[in-house]
Amino acid sequence: MIGTSIALEELERDALTELVNIGVSRAAVSLRTMVGEQVFLSVPSLQVVDRVLAATLIREQECAPLIAVRQDFEGAFSGRALLIFPEANSLELVRAVTSDELSSKEAREIEEEALLETGNIVLNGCLGTIANMLRKPLTISLPQLLRGDSQQLFDTSTPLGDDGVVLFLYINFAISDRDIRGYIAMIMDLPSLQTLKALIAEFIEHVIGPEDVAHEG
Amino acid sequence: METRILIVDDSKLARIVVGKAVAALQPDWIRIEAADADQALALLEEGNIDVAVIDFNMPGRNGLELGEEIRKQFPEMPVALATANVQDEVIARARAANIAFVSKPITEEGFRGFLSGAVLKLRSARR
Repeated sequence: MIGTSIALEELERDALTELVNIGVSRAAVSLRTMVGEQVFLSVPSLQVVDRVLAATLIREQECAPLIAVRQDFEGAFSGRALLIFPEANSLELVRAVTSDELSSKEAREIEEEALLETGNIVLNGCLGTIANMLRKPLTISLPQLLRGDSQQLFDTSTPLGDDGVVLFLYINFAISDRDIRGYIAMIMDLPSLQTLKALIAEFIEHVIGPEDVAHEG
Repeated sequence: METRILIVDDSKLARIVVGKAVAALQPDWIRIEAADADQALALLEEGNIDVAVIDFNMPGRNGLELGEEIRKQFPEMPVALATANVQDEVIARARAANIAFVSKPITEEGFRGFLSGAVLKLRSARR
């Protein structure tokens, strides 16, 4: 599953998972403020896979039609972040972020706008925290709404410049007392992963100092 | 009398960072690490743990569940939950169990308050 050249060392994987965990936790705090109810998060899953397998991993958990807010990020490393949930949850999420003050018709009218804004806040919160901790600014594109199955969301039909391997990260989230669940996912291509490895190594050295890496049990 | 602090986090890096902050602020304290709630409870059962710092988002039981379990067994132990997830419900549940909050990423500054409080609490308990 992992090519040797891009395999992450155990501590690098650990550091990246921790970075994402902190980023997503902060994003969950923003989402909680918007929906007024507790947001539950899973532990991040981090894998180096091809896009088809990434799509399969999501489809195994969620076979219903999906809707996603997508934002691309660019900088020292680049990739794509997605807030994904079953399309059937979409209006419930819109009602949640509008304090249940809208009729179904009104909710449908602002559905796209509300989802884009929610996605924007969650994904920016997550990416911004990671960028700050790595001390590398990221340019984040405007949010875009996608509908389809996981293969379509991950663009599996578009050929990539490399062997198609990506770093795939995802976290499940669920909103208390509402039938809303979904995923926050990040995909990074191979050149980005190599840069990211170097940045994570710097980050590890910065937070723990080079002398401590070797002899910690 | 020596003080032993239990650091519970599934991330080794996070344990190292917490360990460094403890070493800087309380160099005499003995640091013990656990990677999940089960390991932590086993170590607690062996005894001699005075203070605990727990990550929130861990595989298996999360940090709040572990904190509440510790609180049941050790009503007086200074316990902190380390997380960036400062949702109202998480804070409320931690407060209800008398568990302190330390914001992630952990810094020496952010950790100082909890450790100073723990020192005072242990001192008065040992008196």
